[in-house]
Amino acid sequence: MKSKFITLFASTIITGAALAAPLTFDFKDPKGVNNAVFKLDAPLEAINGSGNGITGTVTFDPANPAATKGKIILAAESLTVPNPMMKGHLHSPMWMDVAANKEITFDAKELKNVKTVGDKTTADAVGTLTIKGIAKEVTTPVSLTYLKGKLGQRVPNMNGDLLVIRANFAIKRSDYGINPKAPEEKVSDTIDLTLSIAGAATK
Amino acid sequence: MKTPLRLLAVLILVGALITWAATGANRGWTKTSEPVKTMDDVTGIEGITYQKRFAPGLDFLGAGLLVASVLTGVSFLFRKNQTNNPS
Repeated sequence: MKSKFITLFASTIITGAALAAPLTFDFKDPKGVNNAVFKLDAPLEAINGSGNGITGTVTFDPANPAATKGKIILAAESLTVPNPMMKGHLHSPMWMDVAANKEITFDAKELKNVKTVGDKTTADAVGTLTIKGIAKEVTTPVSLTYLKGKLGQRVPNMNGDLLVIRANFAIKRSDYGINPKAPEEKVSDTIDLTLSIAGAATK
Repeated sequence: MKTPLRLLAVLILVGALITWAATGANRGWTKTSEPVKTMDDVTGIEGITYQKRFAPGLDFLGAGLLVASVLTGVSFLFRKNQTNNPS
């Protein structure tokens, strides 16, 4: 009787711990939908493009979203604009230097001002953004939507949860050494970034 | 030689203008691909893929104008056909 009680107690503890454990979401999207959009709106010229080479992992606890941490990586080579010559310039050493700096990363350290309503959490993510080898601490508003058990709807024959992260923020081109001498009337110093990504935690 | 060169210049200019207008009169730079947005129903994320499509821009028109101008300029180097007028 005593051993049965211990077994029951232990299994309850283990199950409880498993349910409360943070989930690790993988952001390498098999459908290739995840993307980061960049916009530079200068008085004489607007430049719009995107990158979809997104990978990384985020640890998210549905019971404690404030503890969310993780790292999102964008392959610099995946940055694209519709004009081929402009794309060549974008990848060149003077601009993004993708040959030497293969990754753009955001390493989220903590969430502040966390508000959760239903399955949606909004917060200010504090982390380190590294572009062209230059790391700077940034704070960006983010929204996290936890879609429990929805992985199977997106990727057939897979069970698990989805975590959708959206972020909109702006950075200064000159802060990251992206051709800082380029005239601002042609190439805006402000780069507006929009991140829309979904990660999967399989079961 | 003068007249054919000028005709060619007009043809190039008109051709560039018609091509530019017929492909959407893009007022930006020439594009060789267009972003196509697709909605992921489960996550609500708008995915972006690039489809190959030539959309000449103002630089294409500029190049057409430049070539036409050069041809017109060169045409001035040729003299008018002399007509023999025996008196």
